[in-house]
Amino acid sequence: MKAVITVIGHDQVGIVAKVSARLATLKVNITDISQTLMHGDFTMMLMGEWDDKDVQFEVVKQGLQDLAKETGLSINIQRQELFDAIQKL
Amino acid sequence: METKQILETIQMISEEKLDIRTITMGISLFDCIDSDGTKARQKIYDKLTTSAKDLVKVADQIESEYGIPIVNKRISVTSISMIAAACHDDNYVAYAQTMEKAAETLGVDLIGGFSALVQKGYQSGDRKLIASMPEALSETQRVCGSVNVGSTRAGINMNAVKQMGQVVKDLAEIDPVSCMSLVVFANAVEDNPFMAGAFHGVGEADKVINVGISGPGVVKRALEQVKGESIDTVSETIKKTAFKVTRMGQFVGNVAAKALNVPFGIVDLSLAPTPSQGDSVAEILEEIGLESVGAPGTTAALALLNDAVKKGGVMACEHVGGLSGAFIPVSEDSGMIRAVEHGNLNLEKLEAMTAVCSVGLDMVAVPGDTPAETISGMIADEAAIGVINNKTTAVRVIPAKGQKVGEQVDFGGIFGYAPVMPVNTKSPAKFIQRGGRIPAPIHSFKN
Repeated sequence: MKAVITVIGHDQVGIVAKVSARLATLKVNITDISQTLMHGDFTMMLMGEWDDKDVQFEVVKQGLQDLAKETGLSINIQRQELFDAIQKL
Repeated sequence: METKQILETIQMISEEKLDIRTITMGISLFDCIDSDGTKARQKIYDKLTTSAKDLVKVADQIESEYGIPIVNKRISVTSISMIAAACHDDNYVAYAQTMEKAAETLGVDLIGGFSALVQKGYQSGDRKLIASMPEALSETQRVCGSVNVGSTRAGINMNAVKQMGQVVKDLAEIDPVSCMSLVVFANAVEDNPFMAGAFHGVGEADKVINVGISGPGVVKRALEQVKGESIDTVSETIKKTAFKVTRMGQFVGNVAAKALNVPFGIVDLSLAPTPSQGDSVAEILEEIGLESVGAPGTTAALALLNDAVKKGGVMACEHVGGLSGAFIPVSEDSGMIRAVEHGNLNLEKLEAMTAVCSVGLDMVAVPGDTPAETISGMIADEAAIGVINNKTTAVRVIPAKGQKVGEQVDFGGIFGYAPVMPVNTKSPAKFIQRGGRIPAPIHSFKN
């Protein structure tokens, strides 16, 4: 399964490390990563890929939500097909 | 994929309130007909609760995995006036209660189809259903009903127009808020996923998934980027935005239909507002350049918006259907409410607007002492606009019992509140009391 993960919040030491470490625990492979500042907020986008027979979407989502609570960041995960449907002909 | 596109998509959902307004499962009830009303209702309950048992679960799952809010899960059924006609019951309230019970069991928000099609005349079931409407719709929370009183092919059934004015009044007498569950149509469509007018048409498959999209906020935000540019640019911008919004509807519909193993019917390309700030069709018109909706130029701006939405959406999905266009319900649109409260928008202007957008006088509150004949007159006017212009029109009017102009009726949630609007007090009573039928217009004879 492929998903787009967005992380938004105040810049702080170790954001990338925390997010990627959590994704590694969840067996999610990061295939692409980019970051930018949007309206002054740190914004990171990751493309994640994993075998959904091993790990269900809900598990990954919950794992990221837990991390969001711990760090005060806003973390969203959405399946990638949505973006293709809207943005690609 | 580019970062910009990902961010744009996320922004459309999180900031501009792009959502799927409804996933509506249409279910045919023809195989539930029985001469014994109790048996028929049991069959209806069983069919609904098995056919749609996974609807809410699948919608919730889509919402979670793709991050798109799905505001409502709904069901539309075959017009009950046809299904119940075979039984010997004189009153169809029990059918509405069965629909309500099934909707409650399934957890769906609304269920439509307590309906009758009488554009040319009544069969016995239509008569009983319409007579049951005030009781049925006031005693249920989720059941929606509609009556089609005219069509371009049949003309306008003025007997039904007369009766529906009274039915609306009777319903308002019991509970004005229930009037939001009743809509009177001309040229009703068979695959509409939106309420209160959804019913599952006779020509439809046994089960079908229809999707209604939303997204006025996205269109407004896009237009903010082209301030002062020519109308051609405005039209192009709306088209491009409508395309993206509709793609999402098509995508969600496909995923839902596959998961439920039900054919995917149509996407209804409607701009459906909600009372929350930034989710308003009126604000789009104001962004195009009107000081307030209702100003001279409103009809032209709305015509442009409606047309551009359709042109942008048509290419984005396999099948377009339902009502498709811009909705202008007063209570559900913060910009419309504001315009009415400030005296910038009146019923006459709203009526003109309904000639160029989808549907009609929607969620409009009028003084409680408005006579039934006057409401019939409003229905007749809307039906005439629809029948002559070959489009769907509707009236969903709320006579605010005991209230006067300036007061308001509260519907709650996405249905908002409606300021009571003044109505022309001259009487159409003699016109309405004539009854009979307005013949089909000359341009309906196309064979």
